[in-house]
Amino acid sequence: MLLVYCPYCKVERAETEFSCRGEAHIARPSDPSQTSDEDWVHYLYMRSNTKGIYAERWRHIHGCGRFFNAVRDTVSDNFLKFYKAGEPMPDLEALAKEAGK
Amino acid sequence: MSDLMASDLITPDAGEPPLLSINEVSILKAAPLTRLSLRLREASLKAAGSAFGVDLPVLPLSSATADKRAALWMGPDEWTLFAPENTSQSVVSDIEGKLGAEPHSLVDVSERSEAIIVSGQRAAWLLNTGIFVDFSIDTFPVGTVSRTIFHKSPVMVWRIGDEAFVVEAWVSFMDYVSGLLVQSASELSAA
Ligand SMILES: [Zn+2]
Repeated sequence: MLLVYCPYCKVERAETEFSCRGEAHIARPSDPSQTSDEDWVHYLYMRSNTKGIYAERWRHIHGCGRFFNAVRDTVSDNFLKFYKAGEPMPDLEALAKEAGK
Repeated sequence: MSDLMASDLITPDAGEPPLLSINEVSILKAAPLTRLSLRLREASLKAAGSAFGVDLPVLPLSSATADKRAALWMGPDEWTLFAPENTSQSVVSDIEGKLGAEPHSLVDVSERSEAIIVSGQRAAWLLNTGIFVDFSIDTFPVGTVSRTIFHKSPVMVWRIGDEAFVVEAWVSFMDYVSGLLVQSASELSAA
């Protein structure tokens, strides 16, 4: 079982308290009526599906209820960083180097 | 640190027989009480606290109690407030009166959940049969409160004493939660 750290509760808890909500930092088109079908498709469905270091959204659904982001190595399942929603995406390459990748 | 000032709010329901009563641990249904769900922004914290009668805790997973009042941290902008049964109206109007037009949400959720009191030297052990949380006194001291999951049911656990916990679950899940706890406790008398 994965252990996930909630940056709001400031505790590490079992994965069962959380749900993973896919890739982080996907910005909704700012002007929907001007957005082409192709761009909507890209926004709604296209994900990078990285093998390696990946920033994704998590929700502490059976805890504080908050969304936050985590950087996870999708190969080893190791978490490299947890940060609050709204904070900028960390430098993934630097994190990967730090982790010896 | 010993027990919180929770004893005037969280009391065993006199009309209910104990769900479990053995040497190591007991499970008692708690008497009904007023539960309010409060959400607001930081700017309104002070006003809400003084209207309710106890400062809203801002430390994650913490709680604050006063005479017939308890405020439990649920999230960075969310609290559960406890007050005696049938005082919902006056508590709500106190808080609403003070907050006025400040953006907030205050909802009476008294009937949504039920509470049991799990106490005794094996109380933490018993909860751990269905909850993956470290209940050692250093990491989960008296006063700590947390929503978590018990097997498949969401629950809220509030430590009100070294060996005493309040466990809340939604009304329709309570039979499941208390039933599994009672069943798990049979292990203690098996030896
Ligand atoms: Zn949390």
